[in-house]
This record gives sequence, structure tokens and C-alpha cells, in this order.
Amino acid sequence: MRNPALLPARIWMGMFFAAPLAIICCYGFLTRGDYGGVERPWTFENFARLIDPLYAAVVWRSIWIAGAATAFCVILGFPLALFIARAGKHAGLYLQLVLLPFWTSFLIRTYAWIFLLRDTGLVNSALESLGVIRSPLPLLYNDGAVLIGLVYNFLPFFVLPAYATIERLDPALLEAAADLGARPLSTLFRVTIPVSAPGIVAGAVLVFVPCFGAYLTPDLLGGGKSVMIGNLIQNQFTTARDWPFGSAASMLLMFASALLLAWLMRSRIGRELM
Amino acid sequence: MYAALVLVFLHGPLLVLIAFSFNANRFTLWQGFSLRWYGAAMRDAQLSEGLLNSVIIALIASAVSTVIGTLAAYGIWKRPAPLLSGAMYLSLATPEIVTGVSLLAFYQFAFRLIHLHLGMTSVIIAHVAFSIAYVAIVVSARLRNYDRSLEEAAMDLGATEWRAFFRVTLPSLAPAIAAAGLLAMVVSFDDYVITSLVAGVDSQTLPMVIYAMARRGISPVVNAVSAVVVVAFGIVILISQRLQQR
Amino acid sequence: MPAVLELRDLVKDFTGQRAVDHVSLSLETGGFYSLLGPSGCGKTTTLRMIGGFETPTSGEVLLDGANVNALKPYERDVSTVFQNYALFPHLTAFENVCFGLREKGVGDRENRAMRALDMVELASKRDRRPAQLSGGEKQRVALARSLVLEPKLLLLDEPLAALDPKLRKQMRAELKAMQRKTGITFLFVTHDQEEALSLSDKLAVMNTGRIEQFGAPEDVYLRPRTAFVAGFLGAINWFGKAGVRPESTRVCREEPSGVPCRRAAVESSLFLGSCVHINAVLEDGGRATAEMAREQNHFREGEAVWLYWEHCDELRFDEHRPQ
Repeated sequence: MRNPALLPARIWMGMFFAAPLAIICCYGFLTRGDYGGVERPWTFENFARLIDPLYAAVVWRSIWIAGAATAFCVILGFPLALFIARAGKHAGLYLQLVLLPFWTSFLIRTYAWIFLLRDTGLVNSALESLGVIRSPLPLLYNDGAVLIGLVYNFLPFFVLPAYATIERLDPALLEAAADLGARPLSTLFRVTIPVSAPGIVAGAVLVFVPCFGAYLTPDLLGGGKSVMIGNLIQNQFTTARDWPFGSAASMLLMFASALLLAWLMRSRIGRELM
Repeated sequence: MYAALVLVFLHGPLLVLIAFSFNANRFTLWQGFSLRWYGAAMRDAQLSEGLLNSVIIALIASAVSTVIGTLAAYGIWKRPAPLLSGAMYLSLATPEIVTGVSLLAFYQFAFRLIHLHLGMTSVIIAHVAFSIAYVAIVVSARLRNYDRSLEEAAMDLGATEWRAFFRVTLPSLAPAIAAAGLLAMVVSFDDYVITSLVAGVDSQTLPMVIYAMARRGISPVVNAVSAVVVVAFGIVILISQRLQQR
Repeated sequence: MPAVLELRDLVKDFTGQRAVDHVSLSLETGGFYSLLGPSGCGKTTTLRMIGGFETPTSGEVLLDGANVNALKPYERDVSTVFQNYALFPHLTAFENVCFGLREKGVGDRENRAMRALDMVELASKRDRRPAQLSGGEKQRVALARSLVLEPKLLLLDEPLAALDPKLRKQMRAELKAMQRKTGITFLFVTHDQEEALSLSDKLAVMNTGRIEQFGAPEDVYLRPRTAFVAGFLGAINWFGKAGVRPESTRVCREEPSGVPCRRAAVESSLFLGSCVHINAVLEDGGRATAEMAREQNHFREGEAVWLYWEHCDELRFDEHRPQ
């Protein structure tokens, strides 16, 4: 027994993490039974269905929403990371403030946006009482709401690595740039951003992956209208009872996420951050 | 200036949510301060049952995962185990919906062999599985700065490997282990996605009840419950972070 | 009676390199021994194999005549004082000293521990945590912790390295006294030749995994067996194949007769208070230092002089001298 301390973890992860995933990988190649079960024949049909326009749209929506969310997180988060990095001794405090909402319940954070955006929600009520609009705006149950929810929840995932990289920037580089005639804005674009690029890319990937695989946010904020891969999978395993198809979609999601993260870890970027 | 705006964006929604939990009006027009929704929340049978289930699950799951995760972190610190480390990282990276359905498939498969059905046990097992990685990360972080020669000194003085672990390393790790345990409790308590898939009919957890209420959409009871949960989580996480700094 | 420690042809390989290369050694009970050598020479690895923290690739470690290769650290009657002391931070000094006694189930723990603390003069600080102790105090607690178990052999891994020079000298004397008082065999690892020479009954000089010489300090200093040992234990001037110590090298203005000598030019003359060091450059470009009595402080920079020595003070070796 080489390392007995590892035995419980190995058994638990083996049985309750690896084995379930293996089962899913098998199911992806099987067929839906008449009563919703899983049976032979082995087939590639499930994967073919994913390319079907109906489902491809779901995949595509996941990509563009996740991409947009990432873009917003980068645009909103980078100045914030910059600000915190320049805050000197208050940096820790600001980081805590940024991370604070993250430590509350994910479900509740998402629900907060329902409260704000629904027809009888705060935003609409405020606008109505101010006389700006006469009937409620459909702010909820669409792609936009999902986008807001994702950015809100995952912004810290970008700010943290971005901050870590900016913070390590050698101030002498900025001084050298100034010495060579660069104005602040130019220094920002020609020195700070390129040198912080690894952190920015890392932050972007760390936002994209969970957004791509999001389920709860599109479920609560998108109603039935904003179906992403996560919702598709959930649907297949519950209402639609097509486990093989759901498994195929799960495999797609799994491998895409794992690939992106593995690339990040192995790349120069990952090694720098470790 | 900009930072202030972003911080408002980040904190605003929750603060608003909490603020309106005190709204006497059922609708969003502010009509005065009231605690009626907190009262209603406390009287709600479903909420109470959900809370009880969530607490039981969180306590058991975090206890088990803390033990397993701590041993894993310790074992890896003594001798690297790339496969296990990889599996734990993967469990963090895998989207919750995928872990959820995979466990559902696993249970359905397993229950053909063992005659069980979905309930508290299936939830607890699932919670332990996804918490192990969190515990391992917290404990590993503490071990990274730990002096290896302390265990060697213990062995030199007559302690076997396990005695050295219990008498020397474990006491040093105690704050980190406690922090990890608290983190595991929070993670377990808050889980909706995986739990909803593997819970079965008679083991509703608090997040599941909140979800159902949020879906129905109107009552500020949700606000009240949210406020309590937010404050509770905040306190627990604060303690956990303090412990990690010791 | 068998030697308290015997190493037979000990070898330790790590991936890609041999750290200990066929080391053999025999230590008698009750002596103060040192392993001396530069960093990387394998002395710490050897010590760890004796303590049980590394397994030999081949060869044997024998304690009191019995092979202990297969025994774990907690099964050996050997105790180690670690370089950074390795005091348990969550226990007080007293509890640290008690630790081994608890593990081995020894009775009358409190008294034994207090006696050990008394011996290192730290009885008054028994309830302090390591964080509240100075470097020297921590070292003494570590010593007490190991000695209280009355091991057959005490291993010390550069225990004085982290102390400041004045404290180091003081601790040296205390260690020597401790060894004499307890009669326990000490094996002391260091890279400081002054320490090894002043403390040991016998010392082993190690270089790249091998023991080049094992003997009493006088022996090793005056009759080094290899050029490395000669150069490591003290300064040495090389005149061709002959090595001469500075204290045996003399300077004069006229060519001396009847003794080996060399022409040289004075580079600098340093008055050190108790003696004078005259650094000179030889004709072939090499350098030499002569140590003279303090009255001889009259040689000036640039002067042409003769360096001479007694033939019997020459040290000659078979291999090439070190660069």
C-alpha cells in the first residue's frame, strides 16, 4: 500500500466522479429506449443530431452568449483590476469588496436579477413611477437578461487573475515608457495591456468556460426562451427522457470545457500563474 | 470613480433584495418597514423542511469530505499523485449540470443492482464527491508552507508515520482543516443544480424550495429567506478566511 | 566491543548522480566525530542514511554491530538535531523535550525532561513556545529533546550554521562540554573546518561523495593525504608540486641558502594584530601568503623578495593540485 492516505479519495472519486462520467460517455453512443431507458444499438446518431439546425442553434447560442459575457467581463473588469492594482495598501480591501458577493448563494444572486428585471420588478416599477414608461419593459426572460446575470456572477473570475498579473507588473517598465515619451494612455495600450495579456487571457478563459456550461442562469433568467447547452442537457435528462442524446451533449460540453482549461494550464500562461 | 460604479453593480442587486425583504408591501412599491415576510418564512413548512434537510446534508457531507480531502491533500504533499490531482481539478472544472446528470445516470444504473432510490443518501454522496476538491485545495495551500523536517524530527524521536501525522502535522493544519470544512458546508448548502437532479421526491433542500418560490415569482418571502442566507453565508465565509490566515 | 557506528561501503544514488560513493567509517563509543566537507560533498546525505531518512542504494549501516538498513527512524537508537532545529511549533519547550519520551513510553517523563532542560540551562523557559525563543535557545531545546532519549549516537546536521559568529563560538564550547558530560557519541556535520578541527576527536573529510581522510585533527592538518584535504583544512601555498602552509613560509630580502626558495614580488602586507600576512606574486604568476611575526611588518608593496621554507614542511601529493 504505497500511500494509504489517498485511498478514501481515490475510491470516492473513482466511484462517484469518474465512473458516472464514464457511464455518460457510454450512453452518448447508445439509443433511447421506448420508455425512456437506454439500450443498444451503439450509434453515432446522437452526435449527428447535435449538428442538426435545431440543436446547433443551442450550441451556437451558448457560444455567443458565453463569448459576449466574457467580452463584457473583460471590458468592465480590466479597468477595475487596474484600479485595484494601483490602490496600493487598500488593494486587499477592494479585492474583498469585489469578492464579497461571490461568497453568497449563487441561486440568490441570480434571483436578485429576477427581482430587479421582471415586469413587476424594481426597475420597471421605478421607471413607471417616474413616468418614463407606461407599461413594463420585457427586461427578463431573454438573452439579454441571461447575459447580465452571467456577467454579474462571473466578473470576479476575471478580475482576480487580471489583478494578479497587473500587480506583478514591474513599475520600472511604466517609468521607462514615460521616459521614452509615452503618455499615460499610450503606455496603457502599448505596455500595460500587452504585458498583462497572460492574465487577461486566463481571466477570459476562466469566465468563458463556466458561462458556456451555464444552466441555472439561463434557466432562471431566460425562461424557456434562452436555451443553452446546460438547459438542453437538463431537459433531455428530465422532461424529454432522451438520456443518450443528453449524454452526447454532456460529452460535448465536458470536452470543450476540459480542453480549454487544459490548454490554459499547460500554456505559458498557466505556468506563469502557477 | 469607475470602481465605485462597478462595486455598486456588484453589490446593488443583493442589497436591494435584502432591503425589500423589509417592505411591508407585497409588491415592489415601498410601503413601509415590516418584518411580516420573515414571520411568514418561519411559518412556512416547506422552508423549514428544506432548511432542516440542507443542514443535515451539509453537516454530514462536509464532515466526510473534510476527512477525505484532508487525507488526500496530505498524501499528495508527501508523494505526488498526478491522477488523483487531475481528477480533483477536473471535478472543479466540470460544469455542474454534467456532474449532476452523470450521477443521476450512475444512481439509476447502480440501483438496478442495489435496491435503493434517490433520497438524502444520494444527495450526500454527490455533495461529498464535489466538495473533496475544495477541501483539498484549502489544506494543500497550508501544506505548501509547512516544514517537512518537523515530521522527520517526530519520526527521529520515535513516532511512526501516522503518530507523526497526528501529533505534529494535524495540530498545525487544524485551522486550515476547519476553514476547509466551513467552505465545504457552504458549497454543499448552496448547491442547486446537482441536488435537484439526484434528490428524489422526499428530500427537498433549501435551495430547491427557494428555486420553486423564485420560479413562481411573487412573494417577498423569498427576499426574506435570501437575506438570512446571505448574512449566514457571509459570516461563515468570513470565519473560514480568518482561519486560513492563522 | 563493536564500534558504535560502522558504515560499510555505503552508496547513495539519486537520479543522475551519485551523492555518496562507497563510504566506509567506524566510530568508537564516547567520541566527538565530524564529517567535514564543502556543500554537495554528500555529508548530509550520509547523515540522513544513518538517521534512517534515506535508504542506501548499497552498503550497510551498522549500529553496535547490527545492520539497521531496514529500520525506520523511529526504530533506531539514533537521534538527530536538525539544521533548522525542527521544533514543534504548537508545543512548549518542555513538551518538545517530552515528545520522544512519550513516544517511547518512558516513565518519569517530567523529571527526565526537566533534567535535560536544566542541562542546557533553559529550565526557566520551559513553557515558552519555539516562536518565543532565540536561535541559540531553540538549538539548545533541540539538543535537550534528543539527548533526553539517551541515544547511542547523536547526529548533528550543521546545527550552528544559522547562528551569528559570536554565538557560534559559545555554542561550540557548550556542545563539546555536553558531549564530554553525557558520554554519548556525537557525529557532527559541518563545512566549517575551524569547527571540525576544534571540536573533534577524529574527523572525516569528504569530497564528492568520498571520504578522503579520517583521522585526528593534528593528523589531518599536518599530514593531509590529498591535495583537497590540505587545501580545505587551511590555506596552502603551491610552489610547483610542493605545498607549504603560510605559517611555514618565510620572507627575506637576500637569497637564503640551504632551504628551498622562490623569487617573488610583494603584492600587499596586512597587519593583523597578532601576526602579519604578506601576499606575494611568484615569477610564474602564482600567489603565495607568508605568515610572519608581527615585528616583521617592514616589507613594502612592490619589493622583490625571496620566499623560503623548511623542506620537511612540504606537503606533496600524487595527483595534480587543485586550481
